[in-house]
Amino acid sequence: MTDQTIAVPSSSARHAKGNLWQRFFHATELDTRLLGMVFALVVIWVGFDILSGGLFLSSRNLWNLSVQAASVSVMATGMVLVIVTRNIDLSVGSILGFVGMIMAVTQTKFLPAILGFDHPLTWVLTLIIGIALGGAIGAFQGAIIAFFGVPAFIVTLGGLLVWRGAAWMVTSGATVAPMDTTFRLMGGGADGSIGATASWIVGVIACIFIVLSILHSRRQRKRFGFPLKPMWAEYFTGIVGCGVVLGAVNVLNSYYMPVNLARRYAEANGIAWPEGGLDISLGIAIPVLIALGIAVVMTFLTNRTRFGRYVFAIGGNPEAAELAGIKTRWVTVRIFALMGVLCAVAAAISTARLNAATNAQGTLDELYTIAAAVIGGTSLAGGMGTIAGAVLGAVVMQSLNSGMVLLGMDAPLQSIVIGLVLVFAVWLDTVYRARAR
Amino acid sequence: MTQQRTPLVEMRDISISFGGIHAVDSASVDLFPGEVVALLGHNGAGKSTLIKILSGAYRRNAGEILINGQPVEINNPRDAKQFGIETIYQTLAVADNVDAAANLYLGRELRTPWGTLDDVAMEAKAREVMGRLNPNFQRFKEPVRALSGGQRQSVAIARAILFDARILIMDEPTAALGPQETAQVGELITQLKREGIGIFLISHDIHDVFDLADRVFVMKNGRVVGHARTQDVTKDEVLGMIIMGKVPPGAVAGPGAAQMA
Repeated sequence: MTDQTIAVPSSSARHAKGNLWQRFFHATELDTRLLGMVFALVVIWVGFDILSGGLFLSSRNLWNLSVQAASVSVMATGMVLVIVTRNIDLSVGSILGFVGMIMAVTQTKFLPAILGFDHPLTWVLTLIIGIALGGAIGAFQGAIIAFFGVPAFIVTLGGLLVWRGAAWMVTSGATVAPMDTTFRLMGGGADGSIGATASWIVGVIACIFIVLSILHSRRQRKRFGFPLKPMWAEYFTGIVGCGVVLGAVNVLNSYYMPVNLARRYAEANGIAWPEGGLDISLGIAIPVLIALGIAVVMTFLTNRTRFGRYVFAIGGNPEAAELAGIKTRWVTVRIFALMGVLCAVAAAISTARLNAATNAQGTLDELYTIAAAVIGGTSLAGGMGTIAGAVLGAVVMQSLNSGMVLLGMDAPLQSIVIGLVLVFAVWLDTVYRARAR
Repeated sequence: MTQQRTPLVEMRDISISFGGIHAVDSASVDLFPGEVVALLGHNGAGKSTLIKILSGAYRRNAGEILINGQPVEINNPRDAKQFGIETIYQTLAVADNVDAAANLYLGRELRTPWGTLDDVAMEAKAREVMGRLNPNFQRFKEPVRALSGGQRQSVAIARAILFDARILIMDEPTAALGPQETAQVGELITQLKREGIGIFLISHDIHDVFDLADRVFVMKNGRVVGHARTQDVTKDEVLGMIIMGKVPPGAVAGPGAAQMA
């Protein structure tokens, strides 16, 4: 039996009842779709690593990759909810551009006039204004979709043009720079990372959460007398989960500050500069931390709250949801408002990272965001999608991007490859779903 | 009817028109506790429209609705639910991408003290209710999509009784089902009757509902042709009511009865 399993590819293994693989997946209750994506990501990473002669899987590249994927991944988590309810949001890139521009003007012109330069509150106020604005724009678009019955495609296509134009009008197209020093921490970089010790603490906290959630679900199942997972399966999930977390922290921690930055850091902190240089770990970058935090919050929102349940119910059968007494229109408004808020967060990350707000910021981001959600298994027919999948999708997209840049591929060729991958991924998913049914 | 009991539901002289067409024209129906009333008629006879007024999907132009003898206002599905009226639609109105427990509690989820969904408690309760209705049902973890038509129907019915429905409206309850599943739904209905729930069955096919019903109301062109206890009439006589509006001796004629010369 075991020998046979190794020889048979997993697709046909699914049909053979009760073999080792199937028992394994059944016991651990792992999402095989998500696992397939992780596998695809590993293939992409290893492939690029071989092609680039070991550059791709260096801690430096992975660290950069994590920072670059942050902004799209934040928006992709919201796009999942939008697409699950059979809508689409084409305006996220433009909202990012507009809100980014407003936040830039707020912190460079508006707030300094009141508070003075480099006031410690500048970044918070800027962020609050940005989030409120993003939420308002999203809610406005959502209200038009829900209450006036204009299709989301059209409303947000209009938004794509409107907010891009609005971004230009704020400064007549001029780039705004530089940003507030505290605000810039949200963009990552040498200062915007939390360092080795804090990164380990974050990792350990994440592990504690994993263990606690396993224990909690076991206790809940016991309370109602449901069948329990076998102990080995619980241990397996726990150990693999913690292993991945700590491994990722280790990779990010082994990217050290470049020499001149490290020297500046040493001077600033009164550390004597040793002969052989100084290895100062960057650790997890703040934008990555923000993106991970948002992914956790969004997962919680979709799986554990009424709002999330309604989102999926509406996606599955809008009529049934309406008849069940769900205020589907309000849910739609809230989804788009949430999407707007996430655009604002992404705008903060990307303006902070660029240290500037430009008129073209976020151009084409709507397509990367939608692609990330769709590659991550969100079905355009509605009703299906996961936050974790969308984040993975964003990482896959960014991996392809960085990998091709590392290989020195021309930009037009990069677009062609990404376009093909998108279509291929969705086709693969269609095949998978047809079989799973 | 000269019964002393108060009807569970009484709809009196209900009218509704859409753009000048009288979809329902002063129709009156009633339903007693523990009774199954079939509402029959061709497509377009107005039976679904009439019942949608009761379930809150449409608002009537004229007439009144009494629940337990009290006049009530029903303006939307939420109002109807407050009066214990639950509707099971012919389109099998379940969200088929979520599991049975989520469907049972859709719109009225159980929550933990922290305000999050209490999935485990919902599943436990779902197992209890489904165990009562359909002991063979075991697939609680799968999306409803994976279930058979009869199983989905029992999820929809379980959903209704979970919320203490007093009045159940079933629109073409067996239209989408095979013979075995139809029998299953029949058993369900008998069981609900025993619990004192009043049931409206709506169908255009008399064979679907005749054996299940205690009384039939027949509608034609938006008007009630007449009503009868199923023990007093034959299927052929009821067919005559549906097709020609001819009221047999065992039935009570309504305003829509054909005027026999």
